[in-house]
Amino acid sequence: MDSLVPYLTNVWEWATGSAFTFSMILSILAVVAFISVWAMFAVWLERKASADFQVRLGPDRVGPFGLLQSLADGLKLAFKEDLIPRDSDKFLFAIAPAIAFCGAFAAFAALPFAPGITAVDINLGVFFIVAVTAIGVIGVLMAGWCSNNKWSLYGAMREAAQLISYEIPSALALMVPVLVAGTFNLKELVAFQCLPSDGVLDTEGAVYFSNHGWLAFYSPWTFVAFVIYYIASLAECKRAPFDLPEAESELVSGFHTEYSGMRFSFFFLEEYGMMFVVSAIAALAFLGGWQPLPWVSCNFGGVLGNLFFAGVFLAKVIFLVWVQIWVRWTLPRMRVDQVMVMGYKYLIPMSLFALLMMAAYIHWGVRYLPGLF
Amino acid sequence: MADPMTAPAKPQIEPAKPQTAPARTLVLPGDPRPPDVHVDVRTQELQINMGPQHPSTHGVLRVAIWVDGEIVTRAEPDIGYLHRCAEKIGESVSCIQYVPYTDRYDYLAAMNNNLGYCLAVEKVAEIDVPEKAQYVRTVAVELNRIGSHLMAVGTYGLDLGAFTPFFYAFREREEILRLLEWICGARLTYNFIRIGGVMRDLPEGFAADTRKFLDLFETRLDEFNDLLTHNHIFVNRTANVGVISPDMAIAYGLTGPNLRGSGLRYDLRREQPYLLYDRFQFDIPVGTGIKGTVGDCWDRYWVRMLEMKESVRIVRQALDQMPATGEIMAKNVRHLAFKSKPGEGYLGIENPRGELGYYLISDGGANSYRSRIRAPSFCNLSILEAILPGTMLADAVAIIGSIDIVLGEVDR
Repeated sequence: MDSLVPYLTNVWEWATGSAFTFSMILSILAVVAFISVWAMFAVWLERKASADFQVRLGPDRVGPFGLLQSLADGLKLAFKEDLIPRDSDKFLFAIAPAIAFCGAFAAFAALPFAPGITAVDINLGVFFIVAVTAIGVIGVLMAGWCSNNKWSLYGAMREAAQLISYEIPSALALMVPVLVAGTFNLKELVAFQCLPSDGVLDTEGAVYFSNHGWLAFYSPWTFVAFVIYYIASLAECKRAPFDLPEAESELVSGFHTEYSGMRFSFFFLEEYGMMFVVSAIAALAFLGGWQPLPWVSCNFGGVLGNLFFAGVFLAKVIFLVWVQIWVRWTLPRMRVDQVMVMGYKYLIPMSLFALLMMAAYIHWGVRYLPGLF
Repeated sequence: MADPMTAPAKPQIEPAKPQTAPARTLVLPGDPRPPDVHVDVRTQELQINMGPQHPSTHGVLRVAIWVDGEIVTRAEPDIGYLHRCAEKIGESVSCIQYVPYTDRYDYLAAMNNNLGYCLAVEKVAEIDVPEKAQYVRTVAVELNRIGSHLMAVGTYGLDLGAFTPFFYAFREREEILRLLEWICGARLTYNFIRIGGVMRDLPEGFAADTRKFLDLFETRLDEFNDLLTHNHIFVNRTANVGVISPDMAIAYGLTGPNLRGSGLRYDLRREQPYLLYDRFQFDIPVGTGIKGTVGDCWDRYWVRMLEMKESVRIVRQALDQMPATGEIMAKNVRHLAFKSKPGEGYLGIENPRGELGYYLISDGGANSYRSRIRAPSFCNLSILEAILPGTMLADAVAIIGSIDIVLGEVDR
């Protein structure tokens, strides 16, 4: 593999004369494959978890524990007729799902899964992800507008209002760990959380004590920021209790009422992809990324080490996604004005306050929870 | 021929109103701005069509809603999609044959519908029903009431986006359906209560099983309360929403939990006791505005929750008092050739959704000359037009759910 990729890259560059390297293509394919597999797994998890909450069995016919149910559903969606309503704006109708999917897709590119597994290592990773996930709103707005359906339009307008409102508190909450660690780079955020006591990270294969610990437990204000980020991220993923854009009992299906088949499945992929992205950011920025325990860190190298770290990271993400599912199947839906009140009157002031307090703490050198150390 | 000068002028399309900022006509509860504040952006009113294939209209109700943004300015329920000529069928089949049809009107409370019709026929035909049969009827009807209310509160959670309580409600309802299936072999449309009595006696072991279920059910009601009733989001969505004042409730002819939710203690089981309801101890819960205003959606919901507990009490007492043996059918009813005496009569019973009344005229034949149904859902539905304007679209769903209509009964 080590010699094959540069070789193929050379071939590619020679053949196309572009700097768009072969490894980039590989990364893109890997991300696409990962999102598809993840979405299938997440749908299965959602169905199984909801069945547990609702005294049901859930899917158990297709494959072991119904694991292949999502694959069967995906096949069904792929073979469905591609319906485009007669009075819709056909061009927008066709590209809206792709644009909605773009946001989640682009965010995956910048997500580090382990110290050595990341598609693109961006210095402004946090900033990049916050920015690109906002693209999805445009796709949803297009879908709602071009469907020529009043319910779709309602869902799209609600989604636009909700996402734009909740991006502010979630971005502000993310600024708190950025402030503490002094970096926008997601990898460096994790490195900060596993920094050894002497500040030197050179021993491979070592398990050692880290005095920073996970950022969620770093100070009361980072914990507040974590909770705010999690709530706001629920709203960004359109998950209950903020699932107003696709509120089934009110808006039929919201913005994707007119969509079916593959186009619908792209909205579906976007939703589950976003669930992964927000949970991954929460895990990376607040919960120590790929470090298995708070305050105890390890530094493994090589392929096995990376796989271990990726496993820990995925476990954290799956846990956070499971909490999202748990919340969804427990709570009723909020009303649209209540969602706005919560965003603007509570979350934004609270996140601003947490940011200010954290800045004050850092400025005067009070970094730890009194009593814990 | 028509002289253009004398011909009637074409109806003129009303000129568009000037676009100067008008005073807001709608003031949201809790809106701090005084009502005469002018708004700069004028939005167009949008008419949307809720139903007849909408997930939360509980069947085939269509509500035409005019909205200004998220606020409903006008709402018109449009019914009739499930019209099945119920009253005409009542005239063209014999009284005995009509009993299974009554199952189909309020299909969630089919036992109660059987009872209403049979009691009305018995009143006109002057039939005395044996005591044992009356107890059996009470047990069946009250179990059916619990099942119906479970469906009402479960789907109400569904309307507000809470999926899980629905399944918990269904788990309990399943037990009730099992019990009812045991006594009559059917789960939805029972045809168990017959003119002059009941189809057959309660099976052996039924009383013990029912008592066991009732004990379990009371603990599970508390579980349900924890999950939904006192949930903060649920209370926010329902308290102070869709308030029906007592005057309004009376003016619109509301009955059942919707009337009692407005704080009026009126229950036909107490006011005009039929069956043996005067022998049982039970309370009539009314809305007291614990979470908000008297008569809001939460109160109507809470009345249903409390009524289930009262029904549990009634079933327990009926099982205790029931004679071990006895006739279950009146002696003078010859089913194959049943003919009522000439006469007319109205009898209303307390259906889970309100006063279910049958008005029958008999000319002495096998068929009734006229059979009129006073369906509670139909009367309760009429208030939607009055309370929907001014609420938000999401509240409209909450209000329609809290009225708890069954379209089979509205359209008949």
